[in-house]
Amino acid sequence: MSVDLGMPGVRSQPAATPHDPLRWGPSFPDAARGTLANTQMRANLRHATHTIRDKRLAVTAELPDWEALRDAGSAIKADVMARLPELLERLEESVTARGGVVHWARDAAEANRIITDLVRAAGAREVVKIKSMATQETGLNEHLEAEGIEAAETDLAELIVQLAGDQSSHILVPAIHRNREEIREIFTERMGDAPEGLTSEPRDLAMAARAHLRARFLRADVAISGANLAIADTGTVAVVESEGNGRMCLTLPRTLITLMGIEKVLPSFADLEVFLQLLPRSSTGERMNPYTSMWTGVTPGDGPQEFHLVLLDNGRTKALADEVGRSALHCIRCSACLNVCPVYERTSGHAYGSVYPGPIGAILTPQLLGLGEAHGAGSHDVTATLPFASSLCGACYDACPVKIDIPSALVHLREKGVHADAHPSLTPMGAGMAVAAAAMTSGTRFRWATRLLTLAGRVIPGTRIRRLPFPGSLWTRSRDLPVPPTQTFQDWFASRERDAGRGTGEGA
Amino acid sequence: MSAPDARTEVLARVRAALATTGAATRPGPGPGGGASAGPLPHDDGPGTDGHVPADLRDPHAPGPVPREYRRADRSAPVTPGRLDLFVERLEDYRARVVRVDEGGLRAALVAELRDAGPVAVPPGLPGPWVQALQEEGLELLVDHPDRPLTPAQLDGAGAVLTAARVGIAETGTVVLDAEPDQGRRVLTLLPDRHVCVVLAAQVVADVPTAVDLLGEHPERPMTWISGPSATSDIELVRVEGVHGPRDLRVLVVEA
Repeated sequence: MSVDLGMPGVRSQPAATPHDPLRWGPSFPDAARGTLANTQMRANLRHATHTIRDKRLAVTAELPDWEALRDAGSAIKADVMARLPELLERLEESVTARGGVVHWARDAAEANRIITDLVRAAGAREVVKIKSMATQETGLNEHLEAEGIEAAETDLAELIVQLAGDQSSHILVPAIHRNREEIREIFTERMGDAPEGLTSEPRDLAMAARAHLRARFLRADVAISGANLAIADTGTVAVVESEGNGRMCLTLPRTLITLMGIEKVLPSFADLEVFLQLLPRSSTGERMNPYTSMWTGVTPGDGPQEFHLVLLDNGRTKALADEVGRSALHCIRCSACLNVCPVYERTSGHAYGSVYPGPIGAILTPQLLGLGEAHGAGSHDVTATLPFASSLCGACYDACPVKIDIPSALVHLREKGVHADAHPSLTPMGAGMAVAAAAMTSGTRFRWATRLLTLAGRVIPGTRIRRLPFPGSLWTRSRDLPVPPTQTFQDWFASRERDAGRGTGEGA
Repeated sequence: MSAPDARTEVLARVRAALATTGAATRPGPGPGGGASAGPLPHDDGPGTDGHVPADLRDPHAPGPVPREYRRADRSAPVTPGRLDLFVERLEDYRARVVRVDEGGLRAALVAELRDAGPVAVPPGLPGPWVQALQEEGLELLVDHPDRPLTPAQLDGAGAVLTAARVGIAETGTVVLDAEPDQGRRVLTLLPDRHVCVVLAAQVVADVPTAVDLLGEHPERPMTWISGPSATSDIELVRVEGVHGPRDLRVLVVEA
């Protein structure tokens, strides 16, 4: 047993607080080496992803028109992207007409500054928060803390993550990397008012969180939320949740501040009929989530009497400029792609080094940061490794409720990342590709190149090569290589033709 | 002002991004509303003659929205099968359901609320429901618009009784739209037991029909409720009742 004098028992995961929520830690391959070694986390994740996956399949199979809903969802999102300026202006008009105030933020820093000023104007020193990917993306909590404002996460998983000093590892269940015993320890050590003798039973832990947050809800003057969607025609904003902490935040405080990515706007109220079917079934695998709240500006006498909607760009317009990559903006943050991804299941969310992990994160994160831009670091940027964090198996595409073709976007971004290098042929990948291109553009050269390889096949024993000398080691450090066959296909085919010609007389 | 404001700049970036890909040239919706039909000025790329088969087109390219899914049908009569499904789906998500006819409603209301302690009620609850509780001697906390209950008062209430706007059979959902027979949103949030009366005629088959109906008043604050508050955040073990009411009881009234 190790004793760390003066050190807390709970260690945050990852150890250091990231500077940039979209880009922290080492590159994906290096981070994955560490997370793959954490067998407890892999077991937790396997159990979690398989459970949600099965639930999702069961409830999507119940609907006879599931595929038609996906088609509609995909088309609505494509239409939204094409008409984004007009829809955003319409949304602003609708929200304003109903007594809300709309703000615009070019980047994370601007969004954080706007929100901090609004909290100060409301005279609050503490705020309650609903789980929100957008505020995680901007690092709002850390910013508020630096400004002397305490932000309390109220979603159970976010509370666990916040108390532990962790980063979330899953879009839907952010504390999936922690088991019940660890959570008991986190609550006991960090919550301040955890009951004596708290057990590790999930029910006891949830009730401790309920008691801990109840007083905060009742005294909070300001709440901060994200938004699952907003309707341009009516100004209606919706938050989809399970625990009721969202309803508390959206109902009790006097002031509500909502941060929303510009891509979340939908044209009309009727579009809810598509997304309120796609989202819950894809996300938690339920026919409907326990609570969905919708509000339109300010309703006198009911709920917050001051409403601010902050519209966030923060790289979304960079993604929008890429005709293939743009589809990443169709994402409704359901996390179905995480739960079916063989890479995510084994490496965990922390390996992606971004608030957006998994397949969608692998295409969204590099684009929000501007992969391949002139001032970017090209393929040496840590985020440039993200599009390679996939086996391209396509399970994410099949699971996506709005049919984002993630595999195609991954391939597109891989290419973009490689071409971002000033001298692509000077990289090991570039050099290898140049050699391959030389061999493959001529039938004769290809025949002799492959015949050369069969020599290796004859001298190397076994069926797999585990380690090659440099530069081949760049390949074999993360993959095995099959031993080349002792005969090329072309030679085999020619001999077969000769044999067949003798037997039946049917020749070319 | 030398630097453009954030609004101007974000909108300019969006327009510039669309202009680089040609998507902004696409016409908006016609006067009839909805996405425009007809061929798109979409760039099919070099080397094609523009006649790309539908299944080879970029699946993310904007175009008319296909709505081949089951659409709203408000004229479909309420069948016993629909009510059965509504009840089954509510129970599947751990709501307690009581089916009564109109004559049995009084007794059912009393039975579900008698042991709860003070009962919060919205200002516009049907008279006979209120009478039933008063005659039974239950303590009622009425949320008058000019004398609204404080959060502390609501926190001390044992239950809340409301009507509903619409029930959705396929998902086992009850939707409240904050009209006087349902009250402010906070009313159904703080008391630990929510007793909700849904009339059979209010139960629709599916989500599109409910959205169609609610779309008549999109400005009303809405709360969609499907079972009691729940979380699966710890090892995906479902725990009912975190912050919202832990006890949801739905009285389905058949004519």
